[in-house]
Amino acid sequence: MILHQELLERFRAGKVPALARAISIVEDEREGFQDLLHAVLQREPSTCRIGFTGPPGAGKSTLVAAAATQYRAQEEHIGIVAVDPTSPYSGGALLGDRIRMNDLTLDPGIFIRSMATRGSLGGLATTTKEVVDLMDAFGFDRVLAETVGVGQTELEITAAADTVIVVLVPESGDAIQAMKAGLMEIADIFVVNKADRPGSDRVVKDLRQALHLRAGGVGKNMPAHHGVDLSRLVRQERSQDAPSSEGAGWEIPVLSTVAQNGTGVEELLTSIEAHREWLASSGALHVRRRARARGRVEDVVDRELRRVARRSGVMGANLDPHLDLIQAGEGTPYSVAREILKGLLR
Amino acid sequence: MPDSERKIRVLVAKPGLDGHDRGAKVIASSFRDAGFEVIYTGLHQTPEMIVSASVQEDVDVVAMSILSGAHLTLFPRVKELLNEAGSGHVLLTGGGIIPEDDIAELEASGVGRLFGPGTPTSAAIDYIREWFAGQEAV
Ligand SMILES: Nc1nc2c(ncn2[C@@H]2O[C@H](COP(=O)(O)OP(=O)(O)OP(=O)(O)O)[C@@H](O)[C@H]2O)c(=O)[nH]1
Ligand SMILES: [Mg+2]
Repeated sequence: MILHQELLERFRAGKVPALARAISIVEDEREGFQDLLHAVLQREPSTCRIGFTGPPGAGKSTLVAAAATQYRAQEEHIGIVAVDPTSPYSGGALLGDRIRMNDLTLDPGIFIRSMATRGSLGGLATTTKEVVDLMDAFGFDRVLAETVGVGQTELEITAAADTVIVVLVPESGDAIQAMKAGLMEIADIFVVNKADRPGSDRVVKDLRQALHLRAGGVGKNMPAHHGVDLSRLVRQERSQDAPSSEGAGWEIPVLSTVAQNGTGVEELLTSIEAHREWLASSGALHVRRRARARGRVEDVVDRELRRVARRSGVMGANLDPHLDLIQAGEGTPYSVAREILKGLLR
Repeated sequence: MPDSERKIRVLVAKPGLDGHDRGAKVIASSFRDAGFEVIYTGLHQTPEMIVSASVQEDVDVVAMSILSGAHLTLFPRVKELLNEAGSGHVLLTGGGIIPEDDIAELEASGVGRLFGPGTPTSAAIDYIREWFAGQEAV
């Protein structure tokens, strides 16, 4: 078994190459990666995790760079992880988010890592959450995570971030589309970027109206009597999905920015701070972290079960006799799977 | 033990001040089509930026496309900075408008194989794959 002891020491000493290598080990699920995570994660999470999602080309990377620049002015240390899609044809990937972040490359207070989705569909790579954990453990004040650009719900981001920012543009269409795409459920903050383009005011107004209707219409988004409806949050925590801000007394702001020149970025950071305070004071941060821990345990169990199955060798060529049975109509995938599982769990 | 399953991560860099990066983009996308994970950082990269990005991204390979004629300074400089950063294990390769003699000189100085004008990108892809297969897993 590989223990990565020397790497751990350098990681703890704050060496950047050690963080970079630790991320690779986790991303590739190389031998010993669980022990490595186990070793660095035995501490309370302290980093402020901010997620950026939204359609392709909306300006997520540009906005992340603009936000990071402002945080640096406050002497904060920033980790950035940006995900771009893996090509389903070649398995390769062209990771281009850094193009918008070149001004940050030489800043020793900023660490940027690009990740490919490697077949994962939720907008992040399977191990992006763990990479954020690593960055947290490394000691960054904030971690900014950018999803791939997809129009529909990139729900995974809610499991990686405390505050989810949905970035839209004037061309994104009306609020109905945002609703259909499930973005209303995951957004803690809406940003309409490229406000220098025509139509941006209309999209902002449209979104505000839709959010307002949603809040008023069914009593959602209204503060409960004692500020927060914790029982609702707990119900959400128990449900499969990570909790959204829905129904918890946070009024989702709709901001507009021009990421290219920094217009509106200060207001965005103010909203992020306000959301942070709300998370802490309402107890939602605790609930979100708990949901995250639950999801992480489930992920690890899933992954380990699959690994056990793969290692046992029952899934490869040894499956052939079973497949013969299925094709001859003498077995079904269910009977075969039952038999295999019986063997594995014995 | 080489890990054939592992993705090869390549930083494709376009150093120097010359204005376009069509060549670098072509290389980046053919690397992607070959199954590599390519980090592309755009135009006007200084050697310091290239090395800083390659450390953060923990790449296996840095591939530079140089058309400006500055190859005799850029390749050794990036190699030197990689070594200083503790990234001596990273393969530095590349191509562009580089005369045969200069290629020989650079390769003798410890830079990886370089590809002159007219070389198909498949040659670079094969070279990177072979190099990677011969690596000890780190
Ligand atoms: N006009 C205008 N263009 C912008 C603005 N912000 C970003 N852009 C441009 O929009 C394009 C896409 O920006 P990115 O930051 O790469 O967008 P992204 O959402 O990260 O894109 P993907 O990661 O590919 O989904 C670039 O050409 C930016 O320069 C803005 O506020 N106004
Ligand atoms: Mg991007």
